[in-house]
Amino acid sequence: MSLTDAFSIGLALVVVGLALWTVAARDAFAAVVGFVAYGMLLTLVWVRLDGFDVALTEAALGSGLTGAMLIRAAGRLRDTEATANAERPGALIRLMAALAAGAVTAALAFAVLALPDPAPTLAPQVAANIESTGVGNPITAVLMAFRATDTMLEAIVVLLALIGVWSLGPDRAWGARPGPRYRADPDGGLAYLARTLPPVGLVVGVYIFWIGADLPGGKFQGATILAAMWLLARMAGLADAPPVSSGWLRVALVAGPLTFLAVGAAGALYAGAFLGYPEGYAKPLIKVVEWALLPSLATTLALILVGPPERDPG
Amino acid sequence: MIDIATLFGLCASVLVGIGVYAMITSPQPLRKIVAFNVIGNGIFVLFGAIAYRGAGAGWGGDPVPQALLITGLVVSFCATALAVSLLLRQHQVAGTASVASEPATSEATPDA
Repeated sequence: MSLTDAFSIGLALVVVGLALWTVAARDAFAAVVGFVAYGMLLTLVWVRLDGFDVALTEAALGSGLTGAMLIRAAGRLRDTEATANAERPGALIRLMAALAAGAVTAALAFAVLALPDPAPTLAPQVAANIESTGVGNPITAVLMAFRATDTMLEAIVVLLALIGVWSLGPDRAWGARPGPRYRADPDGGLAYLARTLPPVGLVVGVYIFWIGADLPGGKFQGATILAAMWLLARMAGLADAPPVSSGWLRVALVAGPLTFLAVGAAGALYAGAFLGYPEGYAKPLIKVVEWALLPSLATTLALILVGPPERDPG
Repeated sequence: MIDIATLFGLCASVLVGIGVYAMITSPQPLRKIVAFNVIGNGIFVLFGAIAYRGAGAGWGGDPVPQALLITGLVVSFCATALAVSLLLRQHQVAGTASVASEPATSEATPDA
C-alpha cells in the first residue's frame, strides 16, 4: 500500500469519524464546531478527487460561511437545548432509524460497486468545444457557456434566498439595517484583525475570481472571500449593513443577475439561442457577466449571513 | 489496492447513512439542519467520485459534474440559510425551538 493510499484511507476514516461526532455530540455548539472541522477535511477529499474548484467552494462556502451561520445559531438557541434533548426518541425509533440509515448506505454502496466500466464522461466533448469559449478552465467553460442556464438560475436562487431571509424579520423592523449592531473594543484584537486582514483578503478574493478563467477559482469562491472580509469588519464594529430599503443596495443586488439575463436575451437575438454567445465574442461576454456577478454575489452572500432586519428603524 | 473513486464513493454512502439517522433521531431542529448538510455532503462526494471516474481529455475529473457540484454547493448553502433563519424566527416568536407536536401551549402569534 502506497503512502497516498494510506492517506486517502485515513482521510475517509477521519471524515466519517467527524460526521459521527456531529451526530453524537451532546452539545449543539460542539456538534457545529465539529461540522466546520469536518467541512475542512472534505476540502481535502475534493483535492484527492481532483476537484480543485469544488474544494475551494467547499472551504469558502460549505465549511466557512455555513459554519459561521450554524455557530451563531447554536449560540442563540443554547437555552432551548435542554428542553429539546428531553424529546429524544425512544430506543425503538432509534433502532428503526438505524435500520433505515443502514439500508440507505447499503443501497448506495451497492450502486457504487456496480458503477459501469468504462465510466461515462463528457470530458472529451468539453475538450472539443472549449476553444470556442476562449476560457482555459473547463469548469468555468461549463458554468458560463455550456450550462450557463444553471449558473444564471443559481444567481437568482441566491437572491431569492436573501429575500426569504429578509422576509423573516418582524414587520416593525422592515426598512431598517439588518442584524444586530456589533460593538467591539476599537483597540482590541478583533478590531486589529479586522483592519489588517481585509486588504489581504480583498487581493486574494479578486485574484481567485480573476484566475478562474484559466485555473481553479471563480466568482462564487472569490465573492465568498470578499463577503467574509466585510463580515469580519462588521463583527468588529467597523462597518454596518446598509438599510434593507436602500435603493443603491437593491441595485447592487440585482445588477449581476440582470446583466446575465440581458446577455442571455442578446444571445437570443444575435446568436440564435438564449444565452448563446456570438462567434468570437464569448470570452468578453463571459467576463462582462462575471464582473457584474462578483459584487452582486458578494453582497448577497454577506447579507444572507447577516440575517433579517431586527432593529427598530431610526 | 482500492481505487480512489470506490473508496470515497463508499465513504459518501456512509455519510448519507449517518445523516439519515441523525435527521430522524435528533430532537433539535438545528441538529437536523446539520444532518441535512451531512446527507448533502455525502451526495456531493458520491457525485464527485463519479466525476473522478469520468476523467478524460487530460483533466483529473469530468468537468461537467464538477461544475454542477459548485452550483449544488451554492444552492445547498441557500437552503441552509433559509432553514436557519426560519428556526431563529420561530425561536424569536414562540420562544421554543422544537419540532415536537406537543408543546402547543405558546401558540405562535406574529408581532405587529
